[in-house]
Amino acid sequence: MTARGETRLWLLQRASAAVLAICVAVHLITIIVAMRQGLTAAAILSRTHGSIGWAGFYGIFVLAVAVHAPIGLRAIAHEWLAWRGRASDAVVVLFGIALLALGGYAIAAVVR
Amino acid sequence: MSTLSVAVWRGGSDGRFQDYSVPRRDAQTVLDVVTYIQRRLDPTLAYRFACRVGMCGSCAMTVNGKPRWTCRTHVADVASRDHLEIAPLAHLPIVRDLVTDMRAFFDKWARAKGQFTPTATRRDGFERVEPESRPRQAVDAAIECIGCGVCYAACDVVEWKPDYLGPAALNRAWTLVNDVRDGARAERLAAVAGDAGCHSCHTLGACTERCPKHLSPTASIAGLKRATTIAMLRGQL
Repeated sequence: MTARGETRLWLLQRASAAVLAICVAVHLITIIVAMRQGLTAAAILSRTHGSIGWAGFYGIFVLAVAVHAPIGLRAIAHEWLAWRGRASDAVVVLFGIALLALGGYAIAAVVR
Repeated sequence: MSTLSVAVWRGGSDGRFQDYSVPRRDAQTVLDVVTYIQRRLDPTLAYRFACRVGMCGSCAMTVNGKPRWTCRTHVADVASRDHLEIAPLAHLPIVRDLVTDMRAFFDKWARAKGQFTPTATRRDGFERVEPESRPRQAVDAAIECIGCGVCYAACDVVEWKPDYLGPAALNRAWTLVNDVRDGARAERLAAVAGDAGCHSCHTLGACTERCPKHLSPTASIAGLKRATTIAMLRGQL
């Protein structure tokens, strides 16, 4: 990959990591609060259904994961498997698309 | 007089450790031990050294599992129960015994554009560089590299990704990126930002931990990451 491409990937991974640090913290705190208040699944879903806020939050979360994880996997493929080039790039892009699809499906189930 | 039990790597990459007994002395360095073996016990032992005072960077070896400059490493600081294990530097082909082929290491300095590219001629005056300026301070922090290869041998990324430029070459590039007299900044940033360049560094810090000159290639590489990112955002990469 070109120097420009590598630098862009590095920046995307750092930026997505910064977003994930916040998202993971909010996500964990939300889980702990929900558990401590003894909320049932039905009670949680009644709060998330139709919520643009939760849809937006988890949308950003899923997007950050779909950007961050494939770039990391690409580095692992380079270093551990010595697998580089278009084929490995294509596989990690597909992995990112799969994460995006699965994440989107989960958000739809919780928010819609 | 007490003795040291010393296991020394003999042969090429398919070699093995051979044991020697060396008299223990006060203020004895690891290089003293290797020299004693070569001069008194086995003249066929191959090793490399020159200045013996920590300036030339030629005597680095793996001592009890860690890369070190042997001329300034006291036996008292590293021997475990009067035992030393001395091997060639890691991540470089072994020529013989304790001598490695450093070509890959220095070729990477060239790949990282580690050569100064002048912008002035002999008819121009001296460039005025303010000692307190930020670029000069960055150069000062990184310029004392002696090219010993200790950081390169300590770096896990070099092991995982053999074409990775490595800490020393990137540290050298960082000094030139901050040299206001240099005229190849754009080419150099492009050279260090490839897929085996500065972005491959995981900031593990082994290079900084082991550098005998107490430099921080980790900080230099972080500087290159910032500089390449800014250049990319400005469309200069």
